[in-house]
Amino acid sequence: MLSTEQLGVRLDNKVILHDTDLTVADEEIVAVLGPSGSGKTTLLRAIAGLVPVARGDIKWDGVSVVDIPVHQRGFGLMFQGFALFPHLDVAGNVGFGLRMTGTDPDLVGTEVSAALDWVGLGGFENRRIDDLSGGERQRVALARTLAPRPKLVMLDEPLGSLDRHLRERLVVDTRALLTGRKVTGLVVTHDREEAVLLSDRLALMREGTIVQTGTLEEILAHPADAWVTDFLA
Amino acid sequence: MRRVRWGWVLVAAIPALFIGYFFVYPLVRILSLGLSELDIRSSGVEARLLKVGWFTLWQASVSTALTLLVAAPMTWAVSNFEFRGRRLATALVTVPFVLPTVVVGTAFVALGWRDSIVAILAAHVFFNVAVVVRTVGTLWSRLDPNLHDAARVLGASEWKVFRTVTLPLLRPAIAAAASIVFLFTFTSFGVVLILGGFQFATLEVEIYRQAVDLFDLPLAAVLAMVQLAGVTGALYAYSRFQERHTATWALRSDQDRVRPVGARRFLAIGSVTVTLIALAIPLAVLVGRSLGTDSYRGLLESDRVTGIPIASVGNSMLFAVIAMLLATSIGLMAAAVITGREGGLARWFDLTLMLPLGTSAVTIGFGFIVALGWPVDLRASFWLIPIAHALVAVPFVVRSTVPTLRSIPGEIREAAAVLGASPGRVWREIDLPVVARAALVGAGFAFVVSLGEFGATSFIARPNTATVPVMIFRLLSRPGPASFGMAMALSVVLAAVTAGVVMWIDRARAGEIGRF
Repeated sequence: MLSTEQLGVRLDNKVILHDTDLTVADEEIVAVLGPSGSGKTTLLRAIAGLVPVARGDIKWDGVSVVDIPVHQRGFGLMFQGFALFPHLDVAGNVGFGLRMTGTDPDLVGTEVSAALDWVGLGGFENRRIDDLSGGERQRVALARTLAPRPKLVMLDEPLGSLDRHLRERLVVDTRALLTGRKVTGLVVTHDREEAVLLSDRLALMREGTIVQTGTLEEILAHPADAWVTDFLA
Repeated sequence: MRRVRWGWVLVAAIPALFIGYFFVYPLVRILSLGLSELDIRSSGVEARLLKVGWFTLWQASVSTALTLLVAAPMTWAVSNFEFRGRRLATALVTVPFVLPTVVVGTAFVALGWRDSIVAILAAHVFFNVAVVVRTVGTLWSRLDPNLHDAARVLGASEWKVFRTVTLPLLRPAIAAAASIVFLFTFTSFGVVLILGGFQFATLEVEIYRQAVDLFDLPLAAVLAMVQLAGVTGALYAYSRFQERHTATWALRSDQDRVRPVGARRFLAIGSVTVTLIALAIPLAVLVGRSLGTDSYRGLLESDRVTGIPIASVGNSMLFAVIAMLLATSIGLMAAAVITGREGGLARWFDLTLMLPLGTSAVTIGFGFIVALGWPVDLRASFWLIPIAHALVAVPFVVRSTVPTLRSIPGEIREAAAVLGASPGRVWREIDLPVVARAALVGAGFAFVVSLGEFGATSFIARPNTATVPVMIFRLLSRPGPASFGMAMALSVVLAAVTAGVVMWIDRARAGEIGRF
């Protein structure tokens, strides 16, 4: 279980996050929904360990992870622009995390094939990143994030850079994959529909903090303030 | 929560120590030696200093002006017009620039122009035409043609347009090119040492004579100080021009050159042809004269004074490989620090590492003799030559790798970290494979720089460690047509090897992939 307690982040002397409380139960998927610039990406980056925490704490199963460096934290993060390694092929990308943890090379091969099968890209091992379409890149990025089986999977606008037609199809696939693999997940998006389809529970974010959590129905039934009603309308 | 990352400290410390001990420390020793000397005898030095200083200054100024004049017609032709062979012509004009100075000097000796000021000026023009064609040509080819047309419509003649519109717009590039040529000719060593005889000496040559022939180290130190002041001035002027070089508003994005017609066609193609032929003559004569009188066979025969001349090729290759490895690893570490996140340190590194490029090679070699007796006496060490070469070559490696490293988005490195790669592992898995080709290009430059390096090597080479340029100089210094022929033959060998490596670099750069 992930929990952030009174989490605060400052970058260049500006408060980006403050008093952020959020929990994600095991095998639960929470979507952080908010307008752009509300601090959603910074929240993921802080949990991943990419930006330093100024105040508060981040805990996994009740134990603080703040002092563990990024590469030892064991959380997965899929970047908004996918950040695929252009000098490696598809297999090189998907197997990267497994190689970093010292997995046996033969096993890496099988695991990579399995991960590519999950996202429907079986046989894509030797493709170059440059030759992939936008939708294929999204799925390679997803496979790369899932392959090392991280404790927590974080997705930053997982469908944000794709066109509408593709998004509608992939949002269903992505949700099915995450649920099927019993993933504990945190998804960031600015799209209400996407948030609802991808997650079990929403966390609404505004100006650097979480203002309300719950399912869409719960929030609509008892909105915390007028902004929440407006935003979800 | 911020921990000290010892890996980073090490990566920053190695280049810092290298530059600190082999460059900054010798420079400080030269300064202190020179300053103490100024106290002891201020009167006797002045006359000599004034004479050499004046010659250095005026020959550099005249060389610069002549280079601008000679390069102007070809620059005009290749930047304004499209014609068959234009690309080849721009490539060919660069050939003299990449040749070792000793080869250029020898080529003019082959022309029979030794011991004259004309030879020195001609060699300087020969060497630097490419600087003007490339620097000014790049801007000129991108000037918006509408500005020219607008001025014509407003009633200006072609000549008036050139004077009132084109020339003012080109001024930053002309000034930058002039600063570079001035810097090169102000610090000219090999060419002047070979072609100047006893009559003409630049500060560089005089430092060498005082230190090596007359062993007056304090006087040499005073000369080196004057030299440094001049170089600093030229570099300062250059950076000022660079800052003002912001004429982007007048640029077009694409180079749509026109095909010249009529008289212009004649002038454009004529000026390119004449320039190229003029540049080819010294080289053609050099090759021609090297072919006579069994010169190449002579290179293989042992000689009491010089040993077997061709053995210098082995020395040069060995030193070049070591210098290349040293420069590439130190340059890569420096590039990692420069592109790393720590801002202040990065800027300081960037600046300091460029300094050896501006400082004269002679000063570097002289500094080695003055300073490197402490803490252990390195002055007789085999490693001194490759270290000197690496020092001169490091800026080239840094310059070729930094842009590639900067082009890697931060997100890529973060993605690797999230997937479990430690900072060192990120460098190995992401930065290194991406920068490999650029590093190879930098390594190629380092190799070429080492092959042709003469200024520093002339101070520290021993009889049995002569490099090719040093051997050429020794052969030229001996009387008799046989040694002359051998010097020319060896020059042709050096030019061929250099040209081969440069062509390889050009191809490697053209195919540079993996950039983001």
